[in-house]
Amino acid sequence: MHIMFFTERAYHAVPEDEVFKRRSFFGVPNKFFDAPTGARLLNEYIDEKIMCDELGFDGLMLNEHHGTPFCMGAVMDVEAAVLARATKRAKIVLLGNPIPTVANPLRMAEELAMIDMISGGRLVPGWVRGAGSEQLANNANPAYNREYFDEAHDLILAAWTKPGPFRWEGKHFHYRFVNPWVLPLQKPHPPIWIPGLISPETVKWCAEHRYPYVALATLLGPTLEMFNMYAKRAADLGYQAGPENFGYLQPVFCADTEEKAEAMGKNFLFGGGFAHFARPEWMFPPGYNSKVATRRLAEQAANPNLPGQITGIMDHDPTDDADLQKLKKQLYDTYPQWLKQSQMITGTPKTIVPKLRHVLEVLRPGIFSFWLDGPSPLKDRQRCVELLGKEVVPALRDIGKELGLEDPFTRKPGSVKISGKAETVGRADLIEASA
Amino acid sequence: MAEKGFTEEKVRVGDTDLQVLKLGTGKPLLVMHGEMGFSGLLKWHTALAAKRTLHIPLHPGFGKTPQASWIMNVRDLGAFYARYIREQKLTPVDVIGFSLGGWLAAEMATANSGQFNKMVLVGAAGLRPPTGEIMDMFTRTARNFLNENVVDYQNTPEFSSLFGGEQTPAQYEEWEEARAETARIAWAPYMFTQSMEHLLANVAGLPTLLVWGKQDPVVPLSVAELYHQRIAGSKLVTFDKCGHMPEIEKSAEFIKEVESFLG
Amino acid sequence: MWFTERAYHHVPEDEVLKRRSFFGVPNTFFDPAKGAVLLNQYLDEKIYTDELGFDGVMLNEHHGTPFCMGAVMDVEAAVLARATKRVKIVLLGNPIPTVANPLRLAEELAMIDMISGGRLVPGWVRGAGSEQLANNSNPAYNREYFDEAHDLIMAAWTRPGPFRWEGKHFHYRFVNPWVLPLQKPHPPIWIPGLISPETVKWCAAHKYPYVALATMLGPTLEMWDMYTTEAARHGYQAGPENFGYLQPIFVHETEEQADALGRNFLFGGGFANFARPEWMFPPGYNSREATRRLASLYSNPNLPGKTLIPQHLHSLKDIAAIKRAVYDNYDSAKESLQIITGTPKTVLPKLRKVLEVLRPGIFSFWLDGPAPREDRMTCLRLLGTEVMPAVREIGKELGLSGPFEVSPGSRPLPSSGRPDRVGSPEALQAL
Repeated sequence: MHIMFFTERAYHAVPEDEVFKRRSFFGVPNKFFDAPTGARLLNEYIDEKIMCDELGFDGLMLNEHHGTPFCMGAVMDVEAAVLARATKRAKIVLLGNPIPTVANPLRMAEELAMIDMISGGRLVPGWVRGAGSEQLANNANPAYNREYFDEAHDLILAAWTKPGPFRWEGKHFHYRFVNPWVLPLQKPHPPIWIPGLISPETVKWCAEHRYPYVALATLLGPTLEMFNMYAKRAADLGYQAGPENFGYLQPVFCADTEEKAEAMGKNFLFGGGFAHFARPEWMFPPGYNSKVATRRLAEQAANPNLPGQITGIMDHDPTDDADLQKLKKQLYDTYPQWLKQSQMITGTPKTIVPKLRHVLEVLRPGIFSFWLDGPSPLKDRQRCVELLGKEVVPALRDIGKELGLEDPFTRKPGSVKISGKAETVGRADLIEASA
Repeated sequence: MAEKGFTEEKVRVGDTDLQVLKLGTGKPLLVMHGEMGFSGLLKWHTALAAKRTLHIPLHPGFGKTPQASWIMNVRDLGAFYARYIREQKLTPVDVIGFSLGGWLAAEMATANSGQFNKMVLVGAAGLRPPTGEIMDMFTRTARNFLNENVVDYQNTPEFSSLFGGEQTPAQYEEWEEARAETARIAWAPYMFTQSMEHLLANVAGLPTLLVWGKQDPVVPLSVAELYHQRIAGSKLVTFDKCGHMPEIEKSAEFIKEVESFLG
Repeated sequence: MWFTERAYHHVPEDEVLKRRSFFGVPNTFFDPAKGAVLLNQYLDEKIYTDELGFDGVMLNEHHGTPFCMGAVMDVEAAVLARATKRVKIVLLGNPIPTVANPLRLAEELAMIDMISGGRLVPGWVRGAGSEQLANNSNPAYNREYFDEAHDLIMAAWTRPGPFRWEGKHFHYRFVNPWVLPLQKPHPPIWIPGLISPETVKWCAAHKYPYVALATMLGPTLEMWDMYTTEAARHGYQAGPENFGYLQPIFVHETEEQADALGRNFLFGGGFANFARPEWMFPPGYNSREATRRLASLYSNPNLPGKTLIPQHLHSLKDIAAIKRAVYDNYDSAKESLQIITGTPKTVLPKLRKVLEVLRPGIFSFWLDGPAPREDRMTCLRLLGTEVMPAVREIGKELGLSGPFEVSPGSRPLPSSGRPDRVGSPEALQAL
C-alpha cells in the first residue's frame, strides 16, 4: 500500500464570517489576504511535507485551486519544485494539474519534466478538469473544458514521449515546433494518477488509460460504485482492476487524547468545510457539465461529498447576517454525521486504526492518503503528523499486507489479464454492517 | 413538444437540422433570440404576427437544434444563418435581434448588409462598451442573471409568466444549455468582437433601429450610442425605467416603435 | 550576483554546428538522466553561491534548446526559494508573451516570493524569437502581449480583487488571486536587455533597472545614455542603481586553467554566434524600426567580430572551418573584455575597467561552457572568496549604488534639468 499525506494549504486567517456571508470560499475578496501570514503558513505546510518525508510516508499529495483562501497552492508545481529538492524519498503526487486552465500545456510539460528531473524521478503527475471556479479564475472557457482536457493530456504525453520536433495542430492547441529540451526522468513517462469526485465520465476515462483513480473523500457507498464502474470498463478492455487501480483520500485527525482529536476534527468544518459551500454559479459554470450530468443535477441537488442535506443552505440569503450564527451552528452540528459515515476519522492512534481498517476493508485501495485540514494550532498539526507517521502508518502497512492491497508500484495497473466479467471490487456489505 | 402558440419546422442547413418556430402571415421577419434561448410567446410576437410571418430559428445547441461543434464564435454562427436565409430564399429579410441575437444580426450586417431589408437591434451586445461593462452572466446563476436583466422582476407581468415561480428541472436544463452554447461562442472576448466597431461602416444604408432600456444593466447604453454613431442613419429609441428587456418591460411602446419602423 | 544558462552540455557539438543553431536540435539527443544530474549540479552551484555570500542568483529561461534547461525557470526559482537563505532570486526574465495565462504566472511568482521570504526579483522579457516558435506565441503581437501581460500581472499584485480585465489579448472576468507577493507594493522589477532601444526607453519610463546581457561596452554605454535621457524626460536622474551588467568571467588557480574554462564558453558557437534569422526574427517580432536597422546592417551586439554564419553549410569540412572560426574569435573576445579570464589577482584590474566604464549598480558574473564540475566549483569559490570582496570595495570606491541602496528613480535631476551621464566614455576611450 502506498501511503500519503495531504493538506489543502488553506489560508486560515480569513475571517470565517466572510466565508459564511458569501456561502463560498471562492470569491472572498483578496483584501482579506495578509501576505506575511500567508507566507508563514505556506512555509509551515512545506515543513509539514518535509517532516512526512522524514517520517517515512510514501507520498506527498498536492492539489491546486485558484482564487480561494481554501488553498494557497494556486500553482502547486511551485510547491512540487520546492519538495523535489527539499525531500529525499517520498513521491510527489500532484492530484492534479488543472490542464484545461493553463492555456499553454507545453509549458506544463516542461515544468513537470524539470520537477521530475530535479526530484530524481519521484514525480507522479495527475490531471483534473479543475473545479468550476478554476475556469472562472483562469477564464478558461468551461464549455470546452472536456475538449481542452483531452487535448492537453494528449499533447503533454506526446511532448514527453514523441521525438521532436513535431507539429501539433489540434482543435484548441496549435504548435508547429514541439521539441522540449527537458524531458521526464521516468521512462516512458511518469506514472499518472487521477483524482475524482464521482464523475462517471472520469472513472471510465481512467479505466481506459489504466490510470489509478483516487477518490477524494467521497462517501463509501458511491465510491465503491465508481470503483466497480471502473472495474467493469477495465474488464471490457481485458484486465482486472485491483487495489493498484484505486486510491482513497481520508480526513484523519490524530492526537494524544480523544478530546484533542475531536477538536481538530471539528476545525475541519471551518468556514463550512471544503464542500459545504458550493455555490452553483461557481461550481457549474456554463457548459462545464456534460448534458448527462446536467440532467442528473436537474433532477436532484446531489453532492457526493456531503453526509447531510444542504438544500436549505443553498437558498440562504447571503446578506442576511442574522442567520449567520444559525447557519454556522447548523454546519458544525453535522459533525457527528461525518464521523458516523466514516467521512472523518478522529482519535488516538489506538482508536483510529480499527476505523481505518474498516475503510480499507470496504474500499480495498492500493493508495491511501491522510487528509489534515482546518485551522488547528501548528503544534497540534505537527503532533498529528508525527503520530500518524510513527504509529498509524506502520499499522496500516501491516493491514495493507494482510488484505493484499497492492499499490501501483508493486503491481502495474492493468497488468492482470482477464476474459469475461470483472470481479467485484471492495465489500459493500460491510458498509451496511457498520451502519 | 411544440412551443405553445407557434408552428414548428425543421430546416436542413448543411449538416444541421435547424428548428424554426413560426407565427403569423405576411412578409417574413427573422427573429434572433438571445443568450438565454427562446423563452416563449409574448405580446409583441402576437402583435407583429398580425402582418408578418415571424421566423424564429433556435440557434444550434439551444433547445431543439442540435449543436454544431464547428461553430465557435458569433461570426461562425452569422455565416451559418447567411446560408439559411439564402437557401430559404428569405434574402433580403427584415431582422430583429435581442442581446446576443442583436450582436449576431449586426455581425451578419457587417459581412453583407444586403442580406437584410431593415434591422432592429434590441439591447444588442457585440461592442466593447466605451463606458461600463457587459454584465457577466457567467458568474451568476441563470435565475439571478435573468432577474437582473430587468429593472423590477417582481413587477413585470410578462417576465413573471416566462421566468417566475419555482425553477423546473426542464428549465434548469434549458438554461444550462443556453449558457453553455453562449460560452462556446462568446466567452472571450466576452460578448463582443473587437473588430466590429471598425466594420459597422459597412452597414451604412441599411435602415437600422436601436431599441434600448435607459437603465439596461446588461449591455450599457453606451453600446447603443456607439452603434448609433457608427451606423449612419440609424435611429436610437430609449425607454426610461427600462432594463435589458424592453420587449417585456415596455411592451406597448416597444410594439409601437417596431411596427412603425418596419412599416 | 551569479548566473549560468544551465546548458545541457552533452549535446554533440557537431549537431549544433551543422544546424548553425542550438535551437532546433532534435530532443532525441537529450538524455534525461544526464540532464537531471546537470540540472541538480546547477542548483548545487546556486546554493553554494548563497553560502559564499553573493547578493543574488540570476536565472533566465529558454525553450526547446540544449543551451538552457531552464525551460520554466520558476521551477528552479521555487527550489531556491527554500534551498537558499539570503540571496535575491533574480529572474531575468520571464518571457511573458509566451505564457498564455499571465495570471497564473502572477500567482506562481507570488508563491515564490512568499516561500522565499520576500527575496524575489522578477523581471520580464519579450522572449527570444525562438521562444515564440517553441510556444507558438504569435510574434506579430509580441510587444502587445508583453505590455498587456505586464500591466495585468502588476494589477493582479496591487489592485484589490475581484476585478475584470478585458484587454486586447487577455480576458479575465474574475481576477482575485489568493496568493500575493510578500514584498509590497510588489517585488522590485529588473529588465534584462540586448540593446533594444524600445526596451531601454520602456525601462526608463517604468524606473526599472536595465541589465545589459554581456553586450559590447560601446553600444552598452549608448543604451545607458538613452535610458538617462528618457529618465530625465520622466523627471529623474538615472544612477548606477538603474543599470546592471552581465559579464562572462572565468577564474581559476592558474591563467592556463582559466583560459581553458574561457574557451569552453565558445562551445557550439557560444550563446550568440549562431543565431539563425528564421529563429531569431520570427514574423512581426521586430518593430519596423528594428527591421530597418537590420536591413541596413547585420549587427549582433554580442559579437566582437563579424558574423560567422555562412550562407550555406554542407560538408564536414565546413563544420571544421566554422569551429575554427568560432574558437579563433576567443582572443578578440578577451581583448574587448567580452570574456574575462585569469586568477583572482589578474581578473580584478580588468573587472575594474568594466566597472569604471559602465558604472553599474548591479553586476553579475556569468559562468558557462562544458567545464568539469570541480573547475566550475573552483571558479565559483574563487569568485566568492576573493573576487567578490574586492569588487565590493571597488563598488564602494566608485559609488556604485545598487537598487537596494538607492531606489531607482529617486535621484533628482540637476538644477539645469540636463541629466548627468552615468557611464564613462572617457574610461572606454582609455581602454
